[in-house]
Amino acid sequence: MKVGKQTYLLDNKVYIQSAYSLAGPYESKGNFRDYFDCVMEDDEWKCKSHEMAEIEMQRFVISECLAKVNVSPLDCGAIMGGDLINQIVPTSFSARDFHTPFMGLYNACATFGEALSIGSTLVNGDFDKIICCTSSHYATAERQYRYPLELGTQPTPESQWTVTGSGAVLLSKKPGEYPLVKGYTIGRVLDFGLTDPNNMGGAMAPAAANTIITHFKDTGRSPDYYDLIITGDLGRFGRETLHYLCKKEGYVLDNLNDCGSMMYCDKQKAGQGGSGAGCCSLVFASYLYKRLLEKSLKKILFVPTGAMLSKDSALQGESIPGIAHAVVIEREDFY
Amino acid sequence: MEMFLGYVKAFAIGGLVCMIAQILINKTKMTSARILVMFLLLGVFLELIGVFKYIENFAGAGITIPITGFGSTIVKGAKEGAKIGLFEAVTYGFRNMAGGLTAAIFFGFFFALIFRSHSKKA
Amino acid sequence: MEDKQYMEYVHANAQKSNHIVTLVWAFLVGGVICCIGQGFGDLFAFALPNWEKSKIAALVSMTMIFLGSFFTGVGVYDKLGAKAGGGSIVPITGFANSVVSPAMEFNKEGIVLGMMAKMFVVAGPIIVAGTVSSVVSGLIYWIIGLFN
Repeated sequence: MKVGKQTYLLDNKVYIQSAYSLAGPYESKGNFRDYFDCVMEDDEWKCKSHEMAEIEMQRFVISECLAKVNVSPLDCGAIMGGDLINQIVPTSFSARDFHTPFMGLYNACATFGEALSIGSTLVNGDFDKIICCTSSHYATAERQYRYPLELGTQPTPESQWTVTGSGAVLLSKKPGEYPLVKGYTIGRVLDFGLTDPNNMGGAMAPAAANTIITHFKDTGRSPDYYDLIITGDLGRFGRETLHYLCKKEGYVLDNLNDCGSMMYCDKQKAGQGGSGAGCCSLVFASYLYKRLLEKSLKKILFVPTGAMLSKDSALQGESIPGIAHAVVIEREDFY
Repeated sequence: MEMFLGYVKAFAIGGLVCMIAQILINKTKMTSARILVMFLLLGVFLELIGVFKYIENFAGAGITIPITGFGSTIVKGAKEGAKIGLFEAVTYGFRNMAGGLTAAIFFGFFFALIFRSHSKKA
Repeated sequence: MEDKQYMEYVHANAQKSNHIVTLVWAFLVGGVICCIGQGFGDLFAFALPNWEKSKIAALVSMTMIFLGSFFTGVGVYDKLGAKAGGGSIVPITGFANSVVSPAMEFNKEGIVLGMMAKMFVVAGPIIVAGTVSSVVSGLIYWIIGLFN
């Protein structure tokens, strides 16, 4: 059922039946180390290149997510997801092993939000068992967007660290003690003219603010309806900016946090925090999912954020637009 | 003693040149390539106006080891070539780049064959 | 909120570089690298007394490029660069780093179409700037020469 301008609340129950998370070696030393299902010993993971490792990461995570609940890939309605690499190669290539229908998506680091929104709508309808999966990898992102790994550049204070990780979830009609996707607000692309590709938090914050405020206006809810409002990868500065922008419109987000800025310990020196298409899916499939299962979180607004740019767009003088989707996840026995 | 003083001056001027680059990085977020081009052109300019040799006499490696040195040697070559003829004028500068370029390309090729990129651990 | 207002907010509130730390590191590392260069210059001048100054200078450059390439190859130069910033970029070792690092990175796409094709993806501007400067300064000197 559509509510307001951009929000869709699902009429039927869509359960998150399973989730699986795979973290890179650097992430495994971070704040969520006790929540990851599996950890990579190194960046290459016995593959010939980092790009091939990222393909294998997604393939592994999707297989394990299904194996956890004894579901065969052939019983799934579709796999959907994306990543940051050109032509979403990791996601598309990982899907070739599964003989399951596939939809590739791209919204930069907000792709997981896009996948959850579309996937849950399908399960709300006639589909059953949709897998949503995204990934990112530090080395593949650096090579594509920035510099060769061995180049001696100095990270700026606003820069973020691309997360090496992947998270997958299985959306299904099967009832059980699982969290539910209750609905979502589709975000708009917003561009406030920021041009510094090292300050993506600043570029994305307005889009996040717009989506969150639209969500509250569409649903009539207020921030304290949720135990936690958590963005994907705004980073520390982006999170503060989001708080500021929402407060200006009359919404005080005391329960706000950000997956990226929570990812790493201070001594890991990861700038503003983690970023990447795999950042929010990794945190969701591990930390958030487990807390929802044990009911220490009952209602969350999960807001993956994305900065839409390519290496060429920045060089051609274009600014950086942002996007964010808000997904409502709740525990069933709250009703 | 004089030799030691030479090292102190090289250290001070070299450090100063790098510090200027760092100020640019901090203020303008310039990256490797732009900074290197700027300082190359700075070396070219200083040599063209005849100032480079005075700095070189004072600071030695402090001004020749940064990429400014490369810029100055290009202009020195062009000056030598211009004494001979037009063809030499426009090619002798590049000739002076030969040593550096040969080394960079050869070692780049060689080391890329035997070493692989390492994972970042920060 | 208006674009311009927002940009001003971001500019005012984004985390700034720690000037003192970065400048000190740049100064120290740059100074040390230059001293190493000075040392090689003195060594070669002593060991090869027949060589002219410009040849010694070229040999020093090549030695520093070798060192920069080697330390890039073993994975140390990027760590130095993260700390030292300008101190490791500006010396000629930084030029070597900017050639060797893409060469190592793109080796995965094959030697010819990967490594060889992309070796100058970072350092290309320097070579072009050097060549253009060479032609322009040559022309300037030649034209001046015509008047003498």
